Amino acid sequence: MSLFDDKVKKQLQEALKPMVNNVNLALFTQTLECNTCRDTHLFLGEISELSDKLTLTVWNFQTDKDKAEQYGVDKIPAIVVLDSENRDHGIKFYGLPGGYEINSFIRIILEMSGLKEQLPDDLMKRIQGIKKDIHIQVFISLTCPYCPDAVSTAHRLALESEHIKADMVESSTFVPLAIKFNVSSVPKTVINGTQEFVGTNPLGKVLDFIEKV
Amino acid sequence: MEFNLSLSAVATDHRAVPMDKNKVYDVIIAGGGPAAMTAAVYCMRKGVAAGFVTVDIGGQVGETSGIENYLGFNYIEGSQLVEKFAGQMKQFEIGLSEGYAVTEIKDGREKEVVLENGDRYRAKSIILATGNRWRKLNVPGETELTGRGVAYCAICDAPLFAGKKVAVVGGGNTGIESAIDLAKIAEKVTVIQILDRLTADKVLIDAMQQFNNMEVLLLHEVKEIQGDKTVHAVVVKDTVSGGEKSLDVQGIFISIGLMPNTDMVKGVVELNGFGEIVVDCSCKTSAPGIFAAGDVTSVPYKQIIIAAGEGAKAALSACDYILKE
Repeated sequence: MSLFDDKVKKQLQEALKPMVNNVNLALFTQTLECNTCRDTHLFLGEISELSDKLTLTVWNFQTDKDKAEQYGVDKIPAIVVLDSENRDHGIKFYGLPGGYEINSFIRIILEMSGLKEQLPDDLMKRIQGIKKDIHIQVFISLTCPYCPDAVSTAHRLALESEHIKADMVESSTFVPLAIKFNVSSVPKTVINGTQEFVGTNPLGKVLDFIEKV
Repeated sequence: MEFNLSLSAVATDHRAVPMDKNKVYDVIIAGGGPAAMTAAVYCMRKGVAAGFVTVDIGGQVGETSGIENYLGFNYIEGSQLVEKFAGQMKQFEIGLSEGYAVTEIKDGREKEVVLENGDRYRAKSIILATGNRWRKLNVPGETELTGRGVAYCAICDAPLFAGKKVAVVGGGNTGIESAIDLAKIAEKVTVIQILDRLTADKVLIDAMQQFNNMEVLLLHEVKEIQGDKTVHAVVVKDTVSGGEKSLDVQGIFISIGLMPNTDMVKGVVELNGFGEIVVDCSCKTSAPGIFAAGDVTSVPYKQIIIAAGEGAKAALSACDYILKE
């Protein structure tokens, strides 16, 4: 049985049409002891069928340890979004980006392919000024209508800076991690484990938090 | 599994520019919802120099899941409608500041808008469309524990309370909708209502009867929210007997309605008893050159389509004012 019905399939096809360059999705999974790995694999299999510019590479978290290490994958299911040259920009989805989160997933695919809204010069300057290693984790739930905005902002920052990595974390899939960061409202953004905020913030304001790290 | 796709193509043709501190704008629009964005489109089409200052683009519409009463769309997701509004606005070279709330409005022949980060922008006229925010309980513990068990969006945060005990404050439509969303997944839901009955629509009250993990406390009010890193308990008071008791819960969802964002204009324009900006039928406030539109005003019925219409009217009134000045 497929995850997407015909209507969703058509919508996704349409949404992916403007892709410029190829994008490769790398999935880290395993067959046992991972409840959502199978669905995530199905999801990526189906979505990569919907555009000839999308490819899927599947790695086994247990046996392909070197690959997991290379991309900094520490839990599964994990999706790493790579550009047409298979370069890593530090953009990951931990958990299946279903529900409302499909929007942040499509958005970063388009942006990674080269279709992106230009950022104002002052913001680009601030992003280029970041020299510390920054790790952003955005905790979300799939029923939250404005969570994709928080994820997209974090991913865009990662795309523009080699020093920034950004993860979407589906809170129900990674419960211990959500508990560790006291996540009880989403979206909750945690930066290097020290700075945090609940809700969505525009890019400039997220930079305010990053600059405090 | 559901997929709530709402993405229109990534807009690459946006022409909005950053706000300019040295410029005197014809009109500055404060707020980011349908009233503000409609006002922006009308102002730009009239050819006046407009600035747009907002915390976020979309306002409450961005937090709404399905909309079925904005004409032209049988059904549209809130975030999708916001993208359409924003796309139409950003096709103009409008001044834009996003992320910082307006903290002060200074009236005079030349008016000034002060933002929370200290930025100041000047204009000949102002349109206030700052909307509403969730009403707070104003009890000890609420602010400290917000995002740590105190929550305002049940559809967003319900999954985080699977198997836990939660309280919902408010017996209106939002409160009961929240309680139903939570009852599907939480161990127990306690609805706390200050009145002697629930005020939600009958369909919702009927729907809540099917859950046996729900309890309703009528004539009770919240006195305190307790916890350290996260919420542990809520202290409620029986308003008849005066007796207090502590409920053992890990979360509390507050659904007691909305309040207007008018702190920045207290003493500048006339407000009514609800704190809303009083406007006449052409969106004029008590201060010449300051206009208001949408949910922040005394206009009844908080609806997207009404806010948008009021935004158009406020823009036309402001353009008229600029011309005559």
